[in-house]
Amino acid sequence: MPIITYRDALNQALREEMERDERVFLMGEEVGVYQGAYKVSKGLLQEFGEKRVVDTPIAELGFAGIGVGAAMVGLRPIVEFMTWNFAILAFDQVVNSAAKMLYMSGGQFNIPMVFRGPNGAALQLSAQHSQAFESWLMHIPGIKVVTPGTPYDAKGLLKAAIRDDNPVCFLEGEMLYNTKGEVPEEEYVIPLGKADLKREGEHCSIITNGKMVLVAMQVADTLAKEGINCDVVDLRTVRPMDVEAIATSVRKTNRAVVLEEGWEMAGIGAQVVDYIQRDCFDYLDAPVVRVHQENVPMPYAKNLERAAKPDAAKTIAAVKRVMYLDSGER
Amino acid sequence: MANKKTQPRGKPAARGARKTGTARKAASSKRPAGADPVRGDAALRRELLHSMLLQRRFEERCAEAYALGKIGGFCHLYIGQEAVSTGTLSMLRPDDYVMTTYRDHGIGLVRGVEPRGMMAELFGRADGVARGKGGSMHIFDRERNFLGGHGIVGAHVPLATGVGFAIKYRGGDQVCICFMGESVVNTGAFHEALNMAALWRLPMIYVIENNRYGMGTALERASSIVNISERAASYDMARAAVDGQDVFAVRAATLEAVKRAREEQRPTLLEIRTYRYMGHSMSDAVSGTYRTKAELEEYLKRDPITMLRSAMEKAGEIDDAAVAKMDEEIKAVVQDAWDFADQSPEPPLESLYEDVMVDTTSDSLDMSNESEEANV
Repeated sequence: MPIITYRDALNQALREEMERDERVFLMGEEVGVYQGAYKVSKGLLQEFGEKRVVDTPIAELGFAGIGVGAAMVGLRPIVEFMTWNFAILAFDQVVNSAAKMLYMSGGQFNIPMVFRGPNGAALQLSAQHSQAFESWLMHIPGIKVVTPGTPYDAKGLLKAAIRDDNPVCFLEGEMLYNTKGEVPEEEYVIPLGKADLKREGEHCSIITNGKMVLVAMQVADTLAKEGINCDVVDLRTVRPMDVEAIATSVRKTNRAVVLEEGWEMAGIGAQVVDYIQRDCFDYLDAPVVRVHQENVPMPYAKNLERAAKPDAAKTIAAVKRVMYLDSGER
Repeated sequence: MANKKTQPRGKPAARGARKTGTARKAASSKRPAGADPVRGDAALRRELLHSMLLQRRFEERCAEAYALGKIGGFCHLYIGQEAVSTGTLSMLRPDDYVMTTYRDHGIGLVRGVEPRGMMAELFGRADGVARGKGGSMHIFDRERNFLGGHGIVGAHVPLATGVGFAIKYRGGDQVCICFMGESVVNTGAFHEALNMAALWRLPMIYVIENNRYGMGTALERASSIVNISERAASYDMARAAVDGQDVFAVRAATLEAVKRAREEQRPTLLEIRTYRYMGHSMSDAVSGTYRTKAELEEYLKRDPITMLRSAMEKAGEIDDAAVAKMDEEIKAVVQDAWDFADQSPEPPLESLYEDVMVDTTSDSLDMSNESEEANV
C-alpha cells in the first residue's frame, strides 16, 4: 500500500471529489495561484481552472457566506480557511447561516458544504494562531465536526464530508500535514460519526481525536513496555459523537483518560465524561481523568509553549492515575 | 443524533395553497411588446396597486394578531415600503432569486408566498411555510426561489452573493436580488460581499431600502456617508438613488439593474429611499423616541399606495368603487389566511427533531448526488 503524507491524502480527496462531481468547487485564500497556504490544494488550479478553484480576498465572513449561499441553490462548496483561527470571523455564517438554514426553513434548504482548514497549535505561533476549535463547533446542532488524525482517515473522511448533504466542519491538524501513513490506491470513503479503535488493550481507554491521536498511540506504545495495555479510541467525528464506541471500550477497560488538544472548560472531554458517567457508571473503577491544554492563551517561548500543551508525559501520568499506579499526589 | 428528517422537501407552500391572483401575476408579468416597460398598461397598474394593498392589509392584520398574542417573538412590519417590493419584484422572472432580511412579509407576498402559509407561519402552526420553525423573520419558499428571511443584520448579503456566484458558475442568466435596510451598509459582511460581487462580475442587484432608521438610529448618526448609493463607488459598481414611494421610479431603476445583471453580468447597488410607518418592530412605538410625529406625518403624505391610486384615478383608470371592491377582495384573502392559520394545528412535538440535518449517513456515502439538480 502506498505511504503518503496527510497533505497528499487530502489533496487526493479534493481531486477525486472534484472529478466526480461538477458541483464541487474550492474557495478560499491562496488556494489557487499560491497552491494553498499549506499546499493542500497543490495542482488543483491547473487541473480544474479558475472557475472551480477560486482565490478570494482576505474576507472570511464574506466568502464563507458566499459558500453557504451557493450551497442553498445546489452547488457543493468547499470553503478553505487558512486556519480555523481566522474562521472565527466567519463563525456567524457557520453558526447562524449554515447550521440553521435547514431547520428555520422548515426543511426547504439544506447546505451541502465543507468548511475546512488547519486547526490547533503548531510551533511558536503564540496566542492568536494556536487554537483548537472542535469544542466550539461541536456545541452547535445542524453541523458535523470532523477531526482526522491520520492520512488514511483524512482522505476517507474528507470524501465523505464533501458528499454529505449537511454542512461539515473539517478540522485538519496543522502539525499533521507532513505525517505519513498508508493510503490505499483504490477508492474508499469513511462514514462520518464513526469512531475507530486505533489500538486495543484491556487496562485503560484513551479517548481522543485529531492531532492527539498520534500522542495517544505513542503513550500506548510506551505504556505497553511497562505492561499497561490501552485502548485508543479515535473519535474521528466529534459531532455526531460515537457514544457506542466510547461505552464499549470503557465497559471493557473500566478506566478512561480523555485527551484533547483544546482547553478544559466545556471541552470535548467534558462531553465524553458525561457520556461515560451516564452509560458506564457501574463499570468504572476510577474517576475519569482529562488531559488538555493548560487554561492559558498559548505562550510563545518554547519552554512555556511545551508546558501549555497536552503531551505524552501528561497523558502517561493520567493513565497511571486512573490505574492507581501514581504516587497519589494531586 | 436523533435527526429524523430525511430529504429536503420541495413544495411546502402546496399545503393550504390558495390562488391569490394579482400579487403573483404582478411578480412575473410579461407585457406585450410595445407597452411602456415601466408604466405598463392599466391592467398592470391595477396589479401593482393590488400587490401593494395586499401587503398593507396583510400586515395590518399582523399587527392585530400580534396584539392578540397570536403572533409572538419579533415581528417587523413593512408598512410604508410596499412600492419597493412591488416595484422591484414585478420586474423579475420567476426563476430569478430573491433574498431579504427579517422584514420579509411584504417581499414574500409579492414574490408569491401564499398568504395562508405565511400567516400560519406567523402563528407558529404546522401549516406554516417553514412548518412553524422559522416565524416572522424566516419566511422561505423554495418553490418560488424565495431564499428567506434572515435575522442577522448584514449576514445575508454574502449569502445572496453566493447565489449570484452559483448562477454564474452554471452559466445561467438569472439574477439574484438582495434586499437590506440602510444600516447594513455599515457592516463588514456588506463590504466583503459587494467587493467580491464587483470583482467577479456577479449578476446581483443589491437593494438598500433606506427607511432612514436602523432600529432607532438615524442614518446620519450611523453612516459617515448619507448618500448611501455612493458606497458603490468603493467597488466600482453601478448605482442609483431612487424614490421608493413611487412604484414606477422603482420599476425604472430595477429595469436597468436587471438588464445590467442579466446581459452584462454586472452588479448594481440601488438605494431606494422609503420610510416605514410603523416602529422597528412590534415592541417599538410608531413614532418612538427617535423621530417626531411631524416627520412621520410628512412621510405619510407620500404613501406609495395613495400615490399610485391617485395617479390611476387621474388617468381615469380606477374609481372609488373599483378600489373599494379590490380592497374587499384583498381583505377577504387576508381573513381567509387568518382563519386558515387559526385552524392549523400546532406543529407536532415529534417535529422538534426534524430538519436539524439531512440524513446522509453511511448508507448514502456512495450515492451519486445526481438526484437533486437545483433549479437553474
